[in-house]
Amino acid sequence: MALVELRNVSKIYHLGGEEIRALDDVTLDIDEGEFISIIGPSGSGKSTLMHILGCLDSPSHGSIRLDGTMIQSANARELAAIRNRKIGFVFQFFNLLPKLNVAQNVELPMVYSGISGRERHQRAMAALEQVGMANRSQHRPSQLSGGQQQRAAIARALVNNPRIIFADEPTGNLDTHTGEAILELFRQLSSEGRTIVLVTHDPEIAAVTPRRIEIRDGKIAEKLDLTLAGLSPRGGRVPHEVHDQEPGA
Amino acid sequence: MSAPAASPSVSNRASANLGVTVGVGLREIWAHKFRSMLTMLGIILGVSSLVAMSALVKGIERGAKEALIAIGGLEKIRIEPQEVPVEQRHLADQAKGVTLDDVEAIEAGASHTGIISPELYMRATLTANGRRFRPYNCCGALPVVLEMDEHVIQHGRMFNEIDDEMARNVCVIGTAARDELWGTPEETGEPVIPIGRTVYINHVPFTVIGMFEHYESEQERKERELAAKQPEKQAATGPARSRGRGGGSHFVFRLKNATVIMPLNTMWMKFRTTAEAAAAESDWRGPAGITDSPTGSPRLSSLEVKLSSVDYLADTLQQIRNILMTTHQGIEDFSFRTQEEWAENIDQFVRNARMSGGLIAGIALVVGGIGIMNIMLASISERVREIGIRKSIGATDGDIFLQILVESVVIALIGGVAGLATSFALLGVIGSFSPTENTPVVTAGAMAVAFGFSAVVGVLAGLFPAFKASRLHPIQALRYD
Repeated sequence: MALVELRNVSKIYHLGGEEIRALDDVTLDIDEGEFISIIGPSGSGKSTLMHILGCLDSPSHGSIRLDGTMIQSANARELAAIRNRKIGFVFQFFNLLPKLNVAQNVELPMVYSGISGRERHQRAMAALEQVGMANRSQHRPSQLSGGQQQRAAIARALVNNPRIIFADEPTGNLDTHTGEAILELFRQLSSEGRTIVLVTHDPEIAAVTPRRIEIRDGKIAEKLDLTLAGLSPRGGRVPHEVHDQEPGA
Repeated sequence: MSAPAASPSVSNRASANLGVTVGVGLREIWAHKFRSMLTMLGIILGVSSLVAMSALVKGIERGAKEALIAIGGLEKIRIEPQEVPVEQRHLADQAKGVTLDDVEAIEAGASHTGIISPELYMRATLTANGRRFRPYNCCGALPVVLEMDEHVIQHGRMFNEIDDEMARNVCVIGTAARDELWGTPEETGEPVIPIGRTVYINHVPFTVIGMFEHYESEQERKERELAAKQPEKQAATGPARSRGRGGGSHFVFRLKNATVIMPLNTMWMKFRTTAEAAAAESDWRGPAGITDSPTGSPRLSSLEVKLSSVDYLADTLQQIRNILMTTHQGIEDFSFRTQEEWAENIDQFVRNARMSGGLIAGIALVVGGIGIMNIMLASISERVREIGIRKSIGATDGDIFLQILVESVVIALIGGVAGLATSFALLGVIGSFSPTENTPVVTAGAMAVAFGFSAVVGVLAGLFPAFKASRLHPIQALRYD
């Protein structure tokens, strides 16, 4: 059984009487331990897909099963609990709370899972250690560079030991060098067995992951067109084989 | 494909613990110190005005009750002669008035009565030492009047039964008479004790055998002490301005000081007049001279009865009424006066003052609440993104609701505590402006009520913003700039 199973998922918005299918009959499986990227231009529906996968939004049609739990029938409180325990988010703009220091930011998910103060601190420090930020635990986000903030955000995503991590354009706000370091961190986490979903518009970044899914007009594209994305095998950036759409009927 | 909705271990987690939530609220308040302080100001003013108002009213109430006790308290009822009612006018010549017979009848017939004091009043002018003084109350009575009117002899002695029996020309005076005739101790610089001196009461020589202590309210005592503390200031402003009777209840004490009493028999023997002469004088508001009743004993000006307990007031009034109706052969030439009305007036005043003051303080609290709600609404629209982040990492709607509500309540409670502190400062300021007014009495109850109200206002003001924040959709909140 796959970690995530999407079956015929659609998300339909109504804008001024017009029906917009942000997601159109998407079926997708993600296995435990996979490192996968979802790629597509802006407006393609990749963000909607990530929101639905991440339990931030619910689909109009179709079913989702995450780690054995049917998501589409869960209420808001249960979704919040699933986000808290089973999902970690990494955002383009880091989304750390500016009034809290790094350690407090990392502790935040555990506050909402009712973990005691001492354990929170220990686990937050362990997570910061993992991303190489233990020495910055008392800093405010505003005192850190973008790369450091993103590392803190990754520590926050890791700290509740989630089943799956979603990263939405995690390098979109970083320079190339720092971005590569962050991608390297993800690769390292993947090699430790984490399930990671990387959402990006940039084929170069998508090239890091062994498996790529392209979204176009709310659907999963039949074939990933590397030449269309302007990606040539330079600098050894495409070491892995490209899977076509794997699951299906 | 039919897996359970959500595993129970996930869904039944408790909300983020309250301590952390309160911590978040405090940090938020601290981060916007000035704004929070302005927000609290409404609550501070509301709470402090509620407490201060209640303390001032309590002080006034205490002062009024003090005066009530000084004139004998609620247990005292007074029986006064009155004109016979119109329908009994044809029996007027048989009306005896209130007499000493009634004293005996009440003593014999009424239960729950303590002391009974028959009294005669007359207009009097005292002359001595080349000066004149018109006392408020010149009274002929039995020695029991001392207890009845809560008098205390400070110098000399009270007249006794023998003085009464012999109708001796002796009197006991209040300090006001002393002040007017022989001067105040402050003026002369030495204690003036006119015991043994002669005073002419309506041209009849009397010997002063006793003097009451100086009666004053708590407030007057403070005035006097203040004046003693600042003698140079007193001198600079010249003679003290008389403020008349106004300003609370201390006129009761002034009147009590302007009292002269003599034995009942003395007044009857020395000052009895004919009914005609009395009638000519009856435009005066008091009784019209000393006249005889048909039975040969004096028509009393009043008969004061002290009950053993206020609880029997209604019953005893009826009992005495029945007795007097018998002794007066059904002629209703007497009436009752009690202090109930005064006591009710005090209660009424206190209720009114509480209500109006409470209303104002309540409005201040409501305004404070609106201020909190306003600032919380502004605060959540500043923090939409924060709320989105918190939701994305697992905060439930309830967690967000609680966070905003706790923040609102914390603001209100800090405001409440500050308000309690401010109320003491406020009372201090009021006290320094008018140090002689009744001392405000801050009660724990008033403080608890005011603090409780601030908590309620905090909750009410936080509900709507908290609800609004909790309903934010995480995705839209995250996209918000």
